[in-house]
Order: sequence, then C-alpha cells, then structure tokens
Amino acid sequence: MLELYDGALDVPALLKRWYEEEAQSNYGAYIPFVGTVRDENGIDGLSFDIYEPILIRWFDDWQASASEREAKLKMAHSRGDVLTHESSYIAAVFSPKRRVALEMIDAFVEDFKASAPIWKYDLIDGKRVYADDRSTAISGSGILAGGAQ
Amino acid sequence: MVRIEFLGPIQKPAIEMEAASLAEVAKTLQQDPELKPWLDNSAVAVNDTLVSGLETPLKDGDKVSLLPPVCGG
Repeated sequence: MLELYDGALDVPALLKRWYEEEAQSNYGAYIPFVGTVRDENGIDGLSFDIYEPILIRWFDDWQASASEREAKLKMAHSRGDVLTHESSYIAAVFSPKRRVALEMIDAFVEDFKASAPIWKYDLIDGKRVYADDRSTAISGSGILAGGAQ
Repeated sequence: MVRIEFLGPIQKPAIEMEAASLAEVAKTLQQDPELKPWLDNSAVAVNDTLVSGLETPLKDGDKVSLLPPVCGG
C-alpha cells in the first residue's frame, strides 16, 4: 500500500493503523523506517515533488517481489512542504520471518533513494532550492544528451 | 505530435513536437542550451515506462518525460 499526503506525516497514527491492519495476518515481524527532517544548514524544512505514475509502478514492482517472499510493504510520503523535526517518509515491511524483513527494509529504502521519482528542495527563507547535491541520477540517465544514434 | 514533459526541478512547461523516435526528440532538445545540463543527468520515460535507448519508436499521442536526479525521503 502506497499513501501520499500533502504536508507532514502523522507518524503515530500511520504506524498504529498499519500495525492494526496486519495484527491478525500472522506476520512475525513489522519493521518500520521513519524518516525525519533534520534541522541543519539553516533550512526551515524540505519540500517534495512527486511523479505519481512512475512512483506507483515502482512501488507495485517492489510489492510483487515482497509478495514472492510472503512479505508485504507499506509506504507513506509527503508532497509539498515538511518542516524540520517532522516526518516526510515512512516505509515498513511485514514478514513471517525477521531476516526477510530486515533485509527487505534495507534494500527497499536504498532503492527508494536511488529510483523513486521524487524531487527534494530545501526550504530557505520561504524559497524552494533544489537539493541537487543530495540527488541521484536514475539508472540509465543521460540518453538524450549523446546525440542521435 | 508527441508531448515532452519536464519533471521536478527542470521548471519548464511541456512542449509538443513531431518525432518518430527518441533520437529525433534528443536532436531537438539538444538545441536548447538551458536544457543541456538536464539532458546529461535525466532519465527518460515513454508513456510512464523508463527506457534505456534512443531507438524507442514514438507514435502520435505518446508522452515523453524527463526525470532529473531524485532524492525522496
């Protein structure tokens, strides 16, 4: 399940609801990852753009591979502005076995950082400044630059 | 006509052009100096599927999206 929200995430409510949704599903492990916006470099917060059609496909592919291992993924992300000390991202894995869940949360969050079509901006003095120094080119980028083949 | 969309921080309105392949789109976009740095580091999707080569054929009504470097979370 992929959930997108305008503004900061309600962390306690999401974690509680996800827990309750799967409480009777016989999963032995529930591993959430909560991303919090840190107060650093003088920012007021972060802001996000999301391209939903490709994000949904990316997430569905991950859900299919989780399903092959009898696991389930849930993810929530913010659109727009999220202030410091608030949360913009939660990912969670439910799995019968802890080892699968521990490995999957690592691989899922890393691939999320490298591949999910989400763009981050620092909020500085009310302006959005693209976080290009922290962004990663998606695998296969640059094909339009090389000239006609 | 195919529609070219520039996502996230590229901050450029969508354009429409005649093109039978991604190679033709590349040729046109390379004429725009503002786009040059983005062409180097953007991934490309046709109708919301990421593609890896310029040989991808295009037909009328197709959507080409440029995805610059990402940073979710």
